[in-house]
Amino acid sequence: MFIPHTEVEKKEMLKGIGVKDVKDLFTDVPEKFRYPKINLPPGVTEMEVFAELNDYAAANEPVGEMVCFLGAGAYHHYVPAAVDALLRRGEFYTAYTPYQPEISQGTLQAIFEFQTLIANLTGMDVCNASHYDGATATAEAGVMAYHHFRGKRKKIILSPAVNPQYQEVLCSYLCGFEDVDIHSGKLHGGLSDQPSDLGALIDDQTALVVVQYPDFLGRIQDFSSLVYAAHQSGALVAFVVNPIALGLLKTPGELGADIVVGEGQPLGIPLSFGGPYLGFFATRKEYVRKLSGRLVGETTDAQGRRGYVLTLTAREQHIRREKATSNICSNQGLMALAATIYMSLVGKHGMRQVADLCYQKAHYAASEIAKIPGFQLVSKEPFFHEFVVKCPSGIDEINRDLLDMGFIGGYDLGQTHPELTNQMLVAVTEMNSKEDIDAFAAALQEVTHG
Amino acid sequence: MVEPTIYEISSNGRVGFRFPESDVPRVDLPDRLKRSDLPFPEVSEVDVVRHFTHLSTLNYSIDKGFYPLGSCTMKYNPKVNEAAARIPGFSATHPLQPIETVQGNLALMYGLQEFLKEISGFAAVTLQPSAGAQGEFVGVKIIKAYHQSRADEKRTRILVPDSAHGTNPATSSMTGYEVVGVPSDARGNVDLASLRDICDETIAGLMLTNPNTLGLFDENVLEVIEIVHQVGGLVYGDGANLNALLGIARPGDLGFDVMHFNLHKTFSTPHGGGGPGSGPVAVTQKLADFLPAPIIGIVEEATEDVPPLYGFITPPKTIGRVKAFHGQFGVLVRAYTYIRMHGPDGLRKIAEHAVLNSNYLLSLLRHRYTLPYDRTYMHEFVLEGVWADAPDVQALDIAKRLMDYNFHPPTNYFPLIVREALMIEPTETESKQELDAFATAMLKIADEAHSTPALLKEAPHNTPIGRLDEVKAAKELVLCCWLPEQE
Amino acid sequence: MNTPKNLKYASSDEWVLIEGDVATLGVSDYAQDQLSDVVFFETTVAVGDTLEKNAIIATIESVKAAADVKSSVSGKVIEINEALADTPELINSDPYGAAWMIKVELANPQEAEVLMDAEAYAAFCETRGH
Repeated sequence: MFIPHTEVEKKEMLKGIGVKDVKDLFTDVPEKFRYPKINLPPGVTEMEVFAELNDYAAANEPVGEMVCFLGAGAYHHYVPAAVDALLRRGEFYTAYTPYQPEISQGTLQAIFEFQTLIANLTGMDVCNASHYDGATATAEAGVMAYHHFRGKRKKIILSPAVNPQYQEVLCSYLCGFEDVDIHSGKLHGGLSDQPSDLGALIDDQTALVVVQYPDFLGRIQDFSSLVYAAHQSGALVAFVVNPIALGLLKTPGELGADIVVGEGQPLGIPLSFGGPYLGFFATRKEYVRKLSGRLVGETTDAQGRRGYVLTLTAREQHIRREKATSNICSNQGLMALAATIYMSLVGKHGMRQVADLCYQKAHYAASEIAKIPGFQLVSKEPFFHEFVVKCPSGIDEINRDLLDMGFIGGYDLGQTHPELTNQMLVAVTEMNSKEDIDAFAAALQEVTHG
Repeated sequence: MVEPTIYEISSNGRVGFRFPESDVPRVDLPDRLKRSDLPFPEVSEVDVVRHFTHLSTLNYSIDKGFYPLGSCTMKYNPKVNEAAARIPGFSATHPLQPIETVQGNLALMYGLQEFLKEISGFAAVTLQPSAGAQGEFVGVKIIKAYHQSRADEKRTRILVPDSAHGTNPATSSMTGYEVVGVPSDARGNVDLASLRDICDETIAGLMLTNPNTLGLFDENVLEVIEIVHQVGGLVYGDGANLNALLGIARPGDLGFDVMHFNLHKTFSTPHGGGGPGSGPVAVTQKLADFLPAPIIGIVEEATEDVPPLYGFITPPKTIGRVKAFHGQFGVLVRAYTYIRMHGPDGLRKIAEHAVLNSNYLLSLLRHRYTLPYDRTYMHEFVLEGVWADAPDVQALDIAKRLMDYNFHPPTNYFPLIVREALMIEPTETESKQELDAFATAMLKIADEAHSTPALLKEAPHNTPIGRLDEVKAAKELVLCCWLPEQE
Repeated sequence: MNTPKNLKYASSDEWVLIEGDVATLGVSDYAQDQLSDVVFFETTVAVGDTLEKNAIIATIESVKAAADVKSSVSGKVIEINEALADTPELINSDPYGAAWMIKVELANPQEAEVLMDAEAYAAFCETRGH
């Protein structure tokens, strides 16, 4: 299918090499282990494999067939048709990393535009070509801060309202560094804790303070005193953001962030069971050389024509080898392209509109759910498109009953935050109509009141 | 041709996409929380489609032609892979849905774990790592966790041969190890005497790329592994070059302790202009408990009438999580599709034809280009892109000139141990005609290097843009096309 | 390739000028040639720091390489060439003059004696090719 050789051609090629049989090319492989038996099912045709895959897919209940109120780091948004139509051009998706700029201007310019759009969305000066996902981008923020202070400041403070998976990944990345001290508290006071509570932890050993905006519980908190305290002690501040929310909200740049990272999945990338997604990483100009990952810069050719190249490559693993601060190589190029097309297409107007729709619908849903006896809206502060409700019974049980009625319920916060048992994180996007929301509220009432 | 940027196309008031109006009562976000301006372009759908279509035409790609990029395994990407990943039953599932509603995804992932175990000869696999480099990171962290679990704290160093894959040294130092280089011998193998000298109880492990980046299978691989094992170290296999070994040898059988796969190379998921990749990691039984959490397992055995229930399992001594959720699922679907279509015989044919193509292409070029190691090669080989009697020409010039002949250049300046390296990996999907045409171009360029070197120095001539000024890019650092304060 | 006679050289390609108990440090012509166009220079030490021999004092980046600069002597940093950060190209154009990097008050003036003289260094570069 994908190997074009005919028997005649193979014979000619073997003759050219000067061997009799293809097997003669493998004599360096220890004979004892050569040509092992591989116990796999025999190969099948495209028609057969597609039927098999359809069977697997049919065993799922995708969000399209249900009504989804689940978010917690991955969000169900509409992907305009033009995004995938362009993404499926083989010139984009079968191209290699643009190390040869003369024949990669398409990829390079698209990344350059991605860098610009993210910088403008976050209110920062520069952005790299992408990281694997929001979690690894957050971890790289920790790595960058550690190296920025040359390992002399060893403390990293994580707000307990940062996505718990991001916290885990940051710990996995940084535990290899000598004496790094990661503070990630619990939500002691439930949702009544305040960002300023973290201020007490900041000292002259603090390299980085990480907050999420809107936070894992959907809240839009006021970080001004925390940012002030961090900067007073010379520490950096990283904001983990939801890019859709920034269609409406004040930019992290305005709020004093030094680093902005986030998950770009809401920008035109399908849920796809958790990946491939898109980590983005933006920062201020003065830290550009501390930024890991690829960067595209503008330049000219000998005739003065504008073009783009990968730049500052001397920071990267293939040149700096063991002194590189990150080993990142392949990133999420195609996903960054999807986000670039999405942001371009929806543009200034659409980004505000989709953010506003999420905000409006989430607030309607919150008010409807709060009316159900036994349910209580725990979110008191402003929130974006996720909010916390306290339910009269276990979330796991409620969600199972909801499934039978065609709903994917919210995230069970008790799984990761024992102090928030029986509390559900509900996400609402432009995909949820008023009808869906009313039906969801009715279903919640039914499953809890029998 | 210079394509304007999306900001240059922008026209105030133009709209590319409309969302429906809100159908719920209006609540206003407090003004103090609102951003002022949103400096985004205003373009129509036609603008966007034309802009990105124009950009796409400036790219070289596998769909357009041959990509002999050493160590990158740029093979053809079957179209069915794309259709497969987009089946809505896969692409529209949320990663945190209850497991009962995603049994299809979990069964496919479980199946892929089993396939990879069988192909590599290992006992356990995680699909979580996002790319090869993250797979390496996981592998080395597992080595570290293993030694720590035995209270073996004296191991502070990792060995990396000079013919190893480029990311290996950075990976080792990210995990807090000191990197120690190991030289190659005259045949391109790991130098056994040096290895014996360096190996002691401070060695945590060896990162071995086999076949190495020269394209050579280490003739002493069993001995190399034995030497490291004898001092209590573990051996990491970089899977970047697995394409040469499919059905030919299993790293687990050879004695490796841990390895990563580059699904996007070996199992043909498209490179996407720089990702997404996927870097699953396989380990022996004694390391299985350290894998990143979660892995996919059977949580309720099948009965006569009910299929098994698949779910997430946390290995008891896990090194933790390295990405959000469960892995690059869309890439996993593509790799599963590819492996299913090939089966054991098809996979072996991939390796055989990759190696056949590489040695055939070498046979066409070796009389005009210097070959630093005269041996039978695996899936790739490295030539020197320099001649004593054409002193002005360097590997870079050959690479650039190839573009004029409509070929993507080989990897150059890597591996570092070959001067002016040209690293060529044809892969199995190229026909004899394509290889002959590439060889013809390479031979013609060798002639030009001697007769008209300026033609190479100024190349490329036929591309959308000429050689770009990298010094200017690095000095001026223009990294955005439009920011508000610059206006 | 230029190797001034009045300087001493380290095998890691730094030069040292000894004047009394003060040493001035930079990188050699050979080093700048190998690096090609330098686009970035950053010192990693401050005036007043005490340096061990072989301590890293600066980082240089070109479009194709990155290198650390080491101090081939021990002592106290008394002056840093602040201009280099803004004009790193001086490392290419005037490696022995305007591109001096730091001045060190020597803790142990004998240390410099083990370094290569111009002739030995030129021969050493020759063995490594260009």
